[in-house]
Amino acid sequence: MSAGTFTPRPAAAPVTRMIRAQTALETRMLLRNGEQLLLTVIIPALLLVLFSSVDILDTGAGKSVDFLAPGVLALAVMSTAFTGQAIATGFDRRYGVLKRLGASPLPRRALMAAKTLSVLLTEVLQVALLTVIALALGWSPHGNPLAVAALLLLGTAAFSGLGLLMAGTLKAEATLAAANLVFLLLLVGGGVIVPLDKFPDAVRSVLELLPISALSDGLREVLRNGAAMPWGDAAVLACWSVLGLGAAARFFRWE
Amino acid sequence: MSNDPAVEIRGLVKRYGPKTAVDGLDLTVRRASVTAVLGPNGAGKTTTVETCEGYLRPDAGTVRVLGLDPITQAPALRPRIGVMLQSGGVYSGARAVEMLRHMASLYADPLDVPALVDRLGLGSCGRTPYRRLSGGQQQRLALAMAVVGRPELVFLDEPTAGLDPQARRATWDLVRELRADGVGVVLTTHHMDEAEQLADEVAIVDAGKVVAHGSPELLCRGGAENTLRFTGRPSLDLASLLKALPDGTQAAELTAGVYRVTGDVDPQMLATVASWCAQNGVMPDSLTVERHTLEDVFLELTGKELRA
Ligand SMILES: Nc1ncnc2c1ncn2[C@@H]1O[C@H](COP(=O)(O)OP(=O)(O)OP(=O)(O)O)[C@@H](O)[C@H]1O
Ligand SMILES: [Mg+2]
Repeated sequence: MSAGTFTPRPAAAPVTRMIRAQTALETRMLLRNGEQLLLTVIIPALLLVLFSSVDILDTGAGKSVDFLAPGVLALAVMSTAFTGQAIATGFDRRYGVLKRLGASPLPRRALMAAKTLSVLLTEVLQVALLTVIALALGWSPHGNPLAVAALLLLGTAAFSGLGLLMAGTLKAEATLAAANLVFLLLLVGGGVIVPLDKFPDAVRSVLELLPISALSDGLREVLRNGAAMPWGDAAVLACWSVLGLGAAARFFRWE
Repeated sequence: MSNDPAVEIRGLVKRYGPKTAVDGLDLTVRRASVTAVLGPNGAGKTTTVETCEGYLRPDAGTVRVLGLDPITQAPALRPRIGVMLQSGGVYSGARAVEMLRHMASLYADPLDVPALVDRLGLGSCGRTPYRRLSGGQQQRLALAMAVVGRPELVFLDEPTAGLDPQARRATWDLVRELRADGVGVVLTTHHMDEAEQLADEVAIVDAGKVVAHGSPELLCRGGAENTLRFTGRPSLDLASLLKALPDGTQAAELTAGVYRVTGDVDPQMLATVASWCAQNGVMPDSLTVERHTLEDVFLELTGKELRA
C-alpha cells in the first residue's frame, strides 16, 4: 500500500447494493449455524417423516401426511421467523454487531429489510425441502397456492414481530432459553402435530388464538380441505403482526 | 467548510442514571491530525467518543463532527467516519475476511480488501470465524473495518489494547499513514508511549473533564518540572548559577560534586549552564537532561489512586 492509499473518498454504496450484501451475509450466518439448522430444517423434517410413517397420532380422517404437512410448514415458518431470528438477533445485539452496523452507512430500515429478506429466503428453502419430503410420503395438496403464500407471509410477519420484540428487549441468554421454550410449547399446543380438538374446549378456544394455531389451521383449511382464503385465521395473524411489529418498533433496544 | 474542526465538543454532559460519566467536557480536534485521549478507567473516554459517533445523545452541551450533528445528521455523517469499538461488532460466526469484505460492500469506493488484509496480517486467519480469532486478531479486524470505507475521520477506542509489540507497531504505522494521507484520527489509549509517539495533540480526561490538552512536548514541559543533572568539582557556587537562570529555577548539590537543576529545562537553559561551567573552569563529567514523561504528567494530574 503506497502513499495516498487512505486518501478520503467517503461515500455510501447504493442502498439496493447494501441490502443485497446484508441479505446475503445474514442468510449465510443463518445457514452456517448448526443449532439453527437443527431447529429450522431437521426437526420439522423429522417430525414429518416420523409421524406420517408411524401411526401413533390420531390425526383424524384421511392420510396423516395431509394433516401433518401443513402443520410442519407452519412450524418451519415459526422456527425461522420467530425462534431463529430471535436467537440470532439477540446474539447480534449482545456482540455489538447491531451497534457497529449502526455506525456504518447501512440505514436501520435497510438492515431490517435485509433481515426480512433473509428470513423469506430461508423459508423458501425450507418449504421446498419439506414439500419434496411430504410429496414423497404421499401428500396430495389442494387449494390455491396464492392463499398459501399469503398465509405464509402473514405468519412470517406475525412471528418476526414477536421474535424481534424478544431479541430487542431481553438478554441474549434469556432470549435463547425463552425462544426455545416457546418453540416447544407451541409445537405441542399449536395444532402442528396434535390436533387442537384433542384439548378441552376451554383450553382449545384460547389455543386457537395463538399465531401458530392460526397459521397451521389456515394452511390445513387450504391445503387439505381446498378452502378459499381462511379469513378468520388470516385476521388472527394480521392482529399478531400489527401488535408484534408495533411493539418491536417501539421497544427494540439496539445495544 | 473543510476548515471546520474535525470534532468540536462544548460543555458535553452525559449521565447514566445518577452517575455523571462526562461532566462539561470541551475538546476541539483539528482536521487530519492525530488526537490521543488519555484517562484512567471510567474517566469518560468511551462515552465521549461514542457521543461523537452518534450512539449517545448528550444530556447537555453540543457535539459537532465534521461540522455535523452526530444524531440529527447521522445519515450524512456515517459514511464519512470510521469506527472501531472498544470491543465486539462482528457476527460471531463470520469469517474475518468475509466480514471485512462485507463492510467494504457498504461503501461506494472502499479500499482494496486483499491489500488491507495483507497489511494488517489477517491473511493467515482470514477464514477463521470471529469467535475463534485471538484477541489481537479481533482488534486488527476491527481496525481494518474502521478504515475500509476511506473515511475522513476515524475513532479508534483503544486500538492497541491486547496487541503484541509487532502488531502495536503495525497499528502505529497505519495511524501515521492515515494522517499523512489526510485522515483525522481520534484514539483512546492507556499507553503513554503510544500517545507520545503518535499524537499531535493529547487530551487527558479525568472524571469526565479534560484536565490537560496540548502537544505531548508542551504537556511534558508545562505540566511538571524537568531536571538537569551534572557532575563537577564539589562545592561550586550555585548562587551565581541561579542568577544566570530564569526565576523559579532551583539548584542543589545532591552529594559532593553531583548537581541538580530543576525548572523549565529548554535549550537556552542548557546553554546557560554550559557557559557557566566554562566560566568557572568546570568540566562536567556528565550532563544529563531528565525530561518528564507523559506518564509523570498523567499521574501528577490524575493522582495515583486506582479508579473505581
Ligand atoms: N451503559 C452504561 N450504564 C451505566 N454506566 C455507564 C455506562 N457506560 C459507562 N458507564 C459509566 O460511565 C463512566 C465512564 O465510562 P467510560 O466507558 O466512558 O469510561 P472510559 O474512560 O472509556 O474507561 P476505560 O478506560 O475503562 O475504557 C464509568 O463510570 C462507567 O461505569
Ligand atoms: Mg473505554
